[in-house]
Amino acid sequence: MGADRSVARNRAVERIAFGVIGALTFLVIGPILWLFGYILWHGLPQMSWSFLRLPPRAIDAGGGIYPAIVGTLYLMVGTIAIALPLGIGGAIYLTEYAGRSRLVRLVHLAIVNLAGVPSIVHGLFGLGFFVLFVGGGIDRYVLRADRPVWGQPCLLWGFCTLAVVILPIVITATEEALLAVPAAFREASLGLGATRWQTVRRVVLPAALPGVLTGAILGVGRAAGETAPVMITCAASFMPSLPRGLNDQAMLLPYHLYFVVTQVPHPTVQLQAGIALVLVGLVFMINIAAVMARTRARRRRRW
Amino acid sequence: MASILLVLLILAFVLREAAPLLRTYSLGRFLGGTRWNPTLPSPAGPEFGLLPNLWGSVLVTAGSIAIALPLALATAVFIGEIAGRRLRDVLKPTIELLATVPSVALGFVGTVAVSPLVKAVFDLDTGKSAMVGSIMLAFMAVPTIATISEDAIAAVPRAYRDGSLALGATRWQGIWSVVLPAARPGIVAGIMLGVGRAIGETMVVIMVTGNAGVLPDHGLWYAFTHAVRTITGTIGAEALEVAHGGPHYRALFMLGVVLFVITVSLNLIADLALNRQPRRTLQ
Repeated sequence: MGADRSVARNRAVERIAFGVIGALTFLVIGPILWLFGYILWHGLPQMSWSFLRLPPRAIDAGGGIYPAIVGTLYLMVGTIAIALPLGIGGAIYLTEYAGRSRLVRLVHLAIVNLAGVPSIVHGLFGLGFFVLFVGGGIDRYVLRADRPVWGQPCLLWGFCTLAVVILPIVITATEEALLAVPAAFREASLGLGATRWQTVRRVVLPAALPGVLTGAILGVGRAAGETAPVMITCAASFMPSLPRGLNDQAMLLPYHLYFVVTQVPHPTVQLQAGIALVLVGLVFMINIAAVMARTRARRRRRW
Repeated sequence: MASILLVLLILAFVLREAAPLLRTYSLGRFLGGTRWNPTLPSPAGPEFGLLPNLWGSVLVTAGSIAIALPLALATAVFIGEIAGRRLRDVLKPTIELLATVPSVALGFVGTVAVSPLVKAVFDLDTGKSAMVGSIMLAFMAVPTIATISEDAIAAVPRAYRDGSLALGATRWQGIWSVVLPAARPGIVAGIMLGVGRAIGETMVVIMVTGNAGVLPDHGLWYAFTHAVRTITGTIGAEALEVAHGGPHYRALFMLGVVLFVITVSLNLIADLALNRQPRRTLQ
């Protein structure tokens, strides 16, 4: 009797616990859906050809967001162009050459920490190192300019700063992709008399390419949405023309959203949500592309 | 190699820009200072006190973890142990999708939708408060804690569950007294990374916490429902306007050093915890 009762009680406790957990999960999913719904509901009416294709008319943000879209695209391309070679190089070194030393463990710890450095600290670093130290140095000692040419926030320093931000993403994804290539591939290649570098270049890297691509796309997605690091290294708050060169500032979607929400007097919810929708939509599309690249790579893999 | 150098380079440069502050402003005054008053002329000159910033960061982060932790853990358990395959395949990507939302978009929703709501519900003077910051940061902490915890739960060997069921325990007893304790290191790591994410987040707190405020003198609830100043918020809001090279500029980098030290410590704890996680082994 006593045992039966305790079994019944345990069952009841289980039902209550599962019920509470299910309810809490719903409390997570509900607000997420509401959040997406809110941006979509208020942002969709703002979507129009002219909103996407025209520059903003005035500082209080009438008109479109074309320069911010283009600026963000520039930033994505420039950032990955710097981060990808560095990331692939680092990952190849770590997986193919470095072995399993204490140093490698230390490097991994550094990568984890790099990924955890708050983006505003990356921004401070970008301002102190790239803009003022490197850029200011070029102005002072190379160009001997009396006005800042490179020693000011601009696209190039935005690329460099964001490259540091996304480097851990690129390295980690590339490393995983390289490690997933079977050892037999390397052994066969080395057995045929190829050097280690030839093996990496001709055998390992092509086999790992889809994984590398996934990392690159994820990095680009991160770069598109980051605000804090670019806010102090390259973003312009109002600039109807497109940037004319690498040492020019640019409007960017995330910073434009921040600016309109916080600095513009009485913006309409529709305008703010419109910018947010374009930004979130862009980042989602990039991330979905990354997921698709990954699943395709897994399906095509024949080993 | 390069990544070690990069981490050291970041620390070195943030330190390099911060250090000259100490020539005119003592470390004790910075660390123990109770006022952040960078521009207003006061009799003793500008004041760069860490404490109000640190207090705000701790308050907003603690609030967000208090909200996010039960939700994220429940979600991890639900996805990992309770939900069927189909439901899991919907829930997990939804939560991972949330992790990709740019924080500035969360700040926007916090500003225009959540803040007025909180203001009305709790009858506050202003919607810009630590509470709204905590709520919006919880959106960022939940995916981090939930996915890492779920990974840890999934990594607990199946034999643990089978053993518990074979001894006559219910599934819930197995989850509560076997699976969760076994997954604890991974869950701890998830919490640390969630805390790191929340304390380092800038855009959300700039936009919704009011970015003002002092040390609490009216109790915790008062502080939670009023504007606060966080470390990241102060850097983010003032780094744009500050004169490069001046004491104010140096003080902002000093805040950056503090933030760097805090997040690196959290990361190290998380890393240590993850290394203690029992892995599913082939036997």
